Amino acid sequence: MNSASSSTAFLLLLRRDLVLAFRRRAELMNPLLFFVLVTALFPLGIGTSPELLKAVGQGVIWVAALLASLLSLESVFRSDFEDGSLEQFLLSAHPVTILVLAKVLAHWLVTGLPLLIIVPLLGVLLDLPGDSIKVLMLTLALGTPVLSLIGAIGVALTVGLRRGGMILSLLVLPLYVPVLIFAANAVETAAAGLPITAHLSMLGGLLVLALSLSPLATAAALRVSLS
Amino acid sequence: MISRFFHQLGSPRYFYRFSGRLIPWLAVPCAVLMLAGLYQGLVVAPPDYQQGESYRIMFVHVPSAWMSLFIYIVMAAAGAIALIWHMKLAEVIAISSAHIGASFTFLALITGSIWGKPMWGTWWVWDARLTSELILLFLYLGVIALHNAIDDKRTAARATAILSIVGVVNIPIIHYSVEWWNTLHQGPTVTKFDAPSIDIRMLIPLLLMAVAFKLYYAVVVLMRARCELLERERNTQWVTELVESK
Repeated sequence: MNSASSSTAFLLLLRRDLVLAFRRRAELMNPLLFFVLVTALFPLGIGTSPELLKAVGQGVIWVAALLASLLSLESVFRSDFEDGSLEQFLLSAHPVTILVLAKVLAHWLVTGLPLLIIVPLLGVLLDLPGDSIKVLMLTLALGTPVLSLIGAIGVALTVGLRRGGMILSLLVLPLYVPVLIFAANAVETAAAGLPITAHLSMLGGLLVLALSLSPLATAAALRVSLS
Repeated sequence: MISRFFHQLGSPRYFYRFSGRLIPWLAVPCAVLMLAGLYQGLVVAPPDYQQGESYRIMFVHVPSAWMSLFIYIVMAAAGAIALIWHMKLAEVIAISSAHIGASFTFLALITGSIWGKPMWGTWWVWDARLTSELILLFLYLGVIALHNAIDDKRTAARATAILSIVGVVNIPIIHYSVEWWNTLHQGPTVTKFDAPSIDIRMLIPLLLMAVAFKLYYAVVVLMRARCELLERERNTQWVTELVESK
């Protein structure tokens, strides 16, 4: 197999997954709705004073985004597992890592990216200043792909299980901690008026690391799950 | 000669016999060292100039915290061996280690919390090392949960092996991310290379306890592995012979 055909496979799979996602437009809205709902629950639970919301708002949005991405993750490999196409991917001549990467990218495009777009609206709901919203979007842009990549490992490990959902969160949430810490730190630092390049570099580093290592682990996990 | 020994050790039947004979040789030194360490730590070592007598919980807390990380690494290494060479014994060692490691992590958290109450005035703080220890506990529990969720033991072993290797890559990242985030914990006092900032009379019992904990782990992991092996191999001839001869 030469590299050209592998990149074709990557693009074809990406396109297939995007088409499949847009055929079921109603489902596209679900993670978004969840994200908005969870964020809206917080003012109801902890009180609506603007100072309080300003203090916790960014953290709330990040945690809600993390949960939304976790919940939507389960579907990455689910339907392909059920109709058997996942086995065909593993049997194909292309490296599984490339195919995994295409699937995760497609998944992020339909579930992660919309979260980013809706953040300004939530920022207004939680009374956040414009600068904070900008930093929030920047950290989410760097962070949510890492969440999808790490999460894919967990999904690949649990895809064959009947009740994988609860276990999936148990496996994946501890691994999300560094992303959450660096992102929340960046937002906090920016609110204090300090430069955040260091935090962004760390998040970028995590992204590169996840991008290079997690497809390998995901591919290995898929092989185990389908054996 | 040596390679033949290791080759034989990989066979469950040989391992069962060998480990049965090995356990007493580990258990006795473990008991001796633990008693000596406890005596040295609780009676001989002087009270701390700042923390008084309550620092003595360190002789349990610090070795457990060391063990919690050490066992995770052993588990991941055993998992890697199981993945690469499909060695049954490594699978058994890996999952037996997970339970013991989770217990040590829990012990480190509990003793730390008991120590923290008189020293910091609170049972729990979101301090860096406490947080990373807590996350380590969750990583262990995740490994155990995944192992329990998969019915086929060999598939379960390979899946948990992948998970623990992913965990090993993540542990330093988690550790440093929380370290930079927030720290209140006292700095390391033993591993400074030039001169440990800990009194020698405190260091000796601490090291005695550390070695005793290592031996304890070795004993318990062998015992657990033996049970697990018997359960997995219950349909083979050597287990039937073993049961009948008893």
